[in-house]
Amino acid sequence: MHKKVTFRGFALPVALLLPQLVVTAIFFLWPAGQALYQSVLRQDAFGLRTTYVGLANFERLFSDPLYLNSFQVTVVFSLAVTFLGLAIALLLATMADRVIKGASGYKTLLIMPYAVAPAVAGVLWWFLFNPSIGLFAHTLRALGIDWNHLLNGDQALILVVIAAVWKQISYNFLFFLAGLQAIPRSLVEAAAIDGAGPMKRFWTIVFPLLSPTAFFLLVVNVTYAFFDTFQIIHATTSGGPGQSTTILVYKVYSDGFVGLDLGSSAAQSVVLMAIVIVLTFVQFRYIERRVQY
Amino acid sequence: MVENRPFLTVLRHVVLLAGVAIVLFPVWVAFVASTHPQPTLLSGVAPLWPGDRLVENYSQLLSAGMAQAGGTPVGLMLFNSFVMALLIATGKIAVSLISAFAIVYFRFPFRMIAFWIIFLTLMLPVEVRILPTFEVVADLGMLNSYAGLTIPLIASATATFLFRQFYLTVPDQLAEAARMDGAGPMRFFFDILVPLSRTNIAAIFVIMFLFGWNQYLWPLLVTTDESFTTIVMGIYRMVNVSDEQPQWHLVMATATLALLPPVAVVLVMQRLFVKGLVETEK
Amino acid sequence: MAGIGIRDVVKRYGDTKVIHGVSIDVADGEFIVIVGPSGCGKSTLLRMVAGLEEITGGEVAIDGRVVNRLEPKDRNIAMVFQNYALYPHMSVYDNMAYGLKIAGLSKDAIRERVDKAARMLQLEPYLDRKPRQLSGGQRQRVAMGRCIVREPAAFLFDEPLSNLDAKLRVQMRLEIKQLQRSLGTTALYVTHDQVEAMTLADRLVVMNGGVAEQIDTPMNVYLHPATTFVAGFIGSPAMNFMPGRLGGDGRAITLDTGAPLRALPEPIVGHGGEKPVTIGVRPEHLALVGQPEAELTLRARVVETLGADTLVHGVLLDKDAAIVPVAGEGGEVLAARLPGNVTVREGDTLPLRVAEGALHVFDRETGRRLADV
Repeated sequence: MHKKVTFRGFALPVALLLPQLVVTAIFFLWPAGQALYQSVLRQDAFGLRTTYVGLANFERLFSDPLYLNSFQVTVVFSLAVTFLGLAIALLLATMADRVIKGASGYKTLLIMPYAVAPAVAGVLWWFLFNPSIGLFAHTLRALGIDWNHLLNGDQALILVVIAAVWKQISYNFLFFLAGLQAIPRSLVEAAAIDGAGPMKRFWTIVFPLLSPTAFFLLVVNVTYAFFDTFQIIHATTSGGPGQSTTILVYKVYSDGFVGLDLGSSAAQSVVLMAIVIVLTFVQFRYIERRVQY
Repeated sequence: MVENRPFLTVLRHVVLLAGVAIVLFPVWVAFVASTHPQPTLLSGVAPLWPGDRLVENYSQLLSAGMAQAGGTPVGLMLFNSFVMALLIATGKIAVSLISAFAIVYFRFPFRMIAFWIIFLTLMLPVEVRILPTFEVVADLGMLNSYAGLTIPLIASATATFLFRQFYLTVPDQLAEAARMDGAGPMRFFFDILVPLSRTNIAAIFVIMFLFGWNQYLWPLLVTTDESFTTIVMGIYRMVNVSDEQPQWHLVMATATLALLPPVAVVLVMQRLFVKGLVETEK
Repeated sequence: MAGIGIRDVVKRYGDTKVIHGVSIDVADGEFIVIVGPSGCGKSTLLRMVAGLEEITGGEVAIDGRVVNRLEPKDRNIAMVFQNYALYPHMSVYDNMAYGLKIAGLSKDAIRERVDKAARMLQLEPYLDRKPRQLSGGQRQRVAMGRCIVREPAAFLFDEPLSNLDAKLRVQMRLEIKQLQRSLGTTALYVTHDQVEAMTLADRLVVMNGGVAEQIDTPMNVYLHPATTFVAGFIGSPAMNFMPGRLGGDGRAITLDTGAPLRALPEPIVGHGGEKPVTIGVRPEHLALVGQPEAELTLRARVVETLGADTLVHGVLLDKDAAIVPVAGEGGEVLAARLPGNVTVREGDTLPLRVAEGALHVFDRETGRRLADV
């Protein structure tokens, strides 16, 4: 899309773009380039000398069981967050779409978690599941489940999944609701006249029409689970116990800042950037084509 | 409503109420915990009804902070968060308004390259390239400053895209009429384009305010000076106290304070917020 | 106040030429309407005069001064846009005053001019309103007001009435005409609506495919269309066209069926022998006559009773009552506009005669007019 009407000049538009470009160049492109550069270097133990090592950092990375484990954790985590987040939001949105009384009240309350910082969301759930004083931990213990996410890696992972899903429900809910409300009522009514019951109508009419929204949200949620959940993990489990909640983006950080392994951290950055680029590309291609929405 | 089945209606309300309960429960528990003294919390299960220490807990926190976490007053943290959120939101809007203007209303060489460079910023979340970015900021001597907190986050592909989309919907004839009236590009921008963008500016402001307020890792890294602590990262310092149980009543009070302003913004400006959210993704 | 000179103006977008050298001389105070189908280049031409499009070739002069390189604001013109292009966030007053503010007029001078224009356009009660609080006609007036306050050498109109409903269009048409007359400002007006064109223009410019096919008064364009395009475009219902031949003597006109029509009083100069022609007759120039005087015979297929007139659509018959194929707008069907008191039934055979001077003969190859008899 382009404007027919344009102003002339070169200096002015460049000046207008300059702030954005300068910030992008200094704080985005340069660091990204640095990461690329450092990913092929290795520092000696004292940080005095660096040598070019080619793809050795990547080779080391992909033969590192800890990194592969982190990959696995990320996949499990992302699948769980995406699936639960979408399913719960879709259920709520379908219900809210057909409710007449109190619809806007439900909507207002349900979008609230979006405003909460992921780190704060993490801490709230951390507190609820706190093994010694947490309400849910007590309840679970009463039910015979010994909850201690400080020691049990699976439980720690479940906890961060819950916090991540809780935080993301709002976003998914809003988009699903908007998608549902864009479906012409007459279609659903026609199906009802044809004798389709509510469930059948949902799966044969509503869901297919909602699929563009669902696909869009799928990509957004995977991106969210991969990157934006860093806060939740950092503020609660710190990747533990024993790497069980160390997702890739957390590992970049911990290897770089805590482990001070620059080459490895840079290589991990590069891997993540590649993932982001793929995800963004898919998303972009999709947005460009998104006519149904 | 296609058909009227009371059972379905009831079911819908039950599901929605359950959803609302899940959404609200953690917040409620946090608030309740923040109104009790520490011993009550540690003596067993966290309570479900507010205690009597609301005023004491909050006033201690706001003015003196939590001793175990360096004693930075939470009032100061709130102030820092406000400054950061406001600077980031206004900065992003200002920067994006003008760059979208340049991209949409001018034809010049490298226009598409500039567009793609801005698009790249979307691709690279700060967490992914955190270490080199930190190094750049450190080299520029921007650690422990509002500039370091905000400027690296001020480039915004999202806002630029939103404004670009909006500008494209502004009728060409308005620009032509302005040209006939003798308005140059900047005059057109300030007199016509910006006033027309008001709603979009407000919507994106809500989104970016939340973005700024909820920053966590970035302030944690670039500020070591306590006086720059923001409230979201402050929580981390309170939870991760070494060798003892966190002061849960104060942590929860801080959490309550940390989520109150953004939640208020979202609730008060719900319409704008939803608009901003849905449209930035178009 | 001044005239506009458009000389051999050409517009090219890359390799595509959209305007092929148009020249129009607009006299001071004259109302010129450029009319043509969409895509004929009429708006582009206007926008070049306005300075919104660059002029590829030729020159545009306003008030005797070549303005090719001048910015719109320096051309001493004002323009009314198709969708009015009012600034939605400004009051009516500010919309009108905006250009004057930029020009640096004093507050008092601005107020004086805006008030005067508002009085003229009966917009005084609405000066504080926003455009969205106005009706279509009022918005149109504000757009006019924005032009008037600038006291320009010329008004440019780009299909200004196309967004109004039919009734309002008639009313605004009159208002524009009156205003232009009372101000005496030169006007260049673009439209695709031939009724607007006929009623408003002192002179018409009929454009087609980037070429000005005819520039003349509305009546001359109607009575003596220069080309088949102009003949078909102006007038409603459209002119009937039939294939015919010009005799070797340069005078005799026959239909392709062999039926003789009428002879030209003078041979066409340089006719160069017999040649194929297109014969054009307006539906309203056909009259029902007795069989002996008939030039054309029509068999009515569809009859539309309009009250004042009766519109008959029928096929042309030769003397053996066989159908003659013709190339009119409606395929084989010709139209005749007869008085409302004539009763015609479907299937009737109608002997018709063409009014004097209303038989238009065009060269079939070039489409240009040869004669009107």
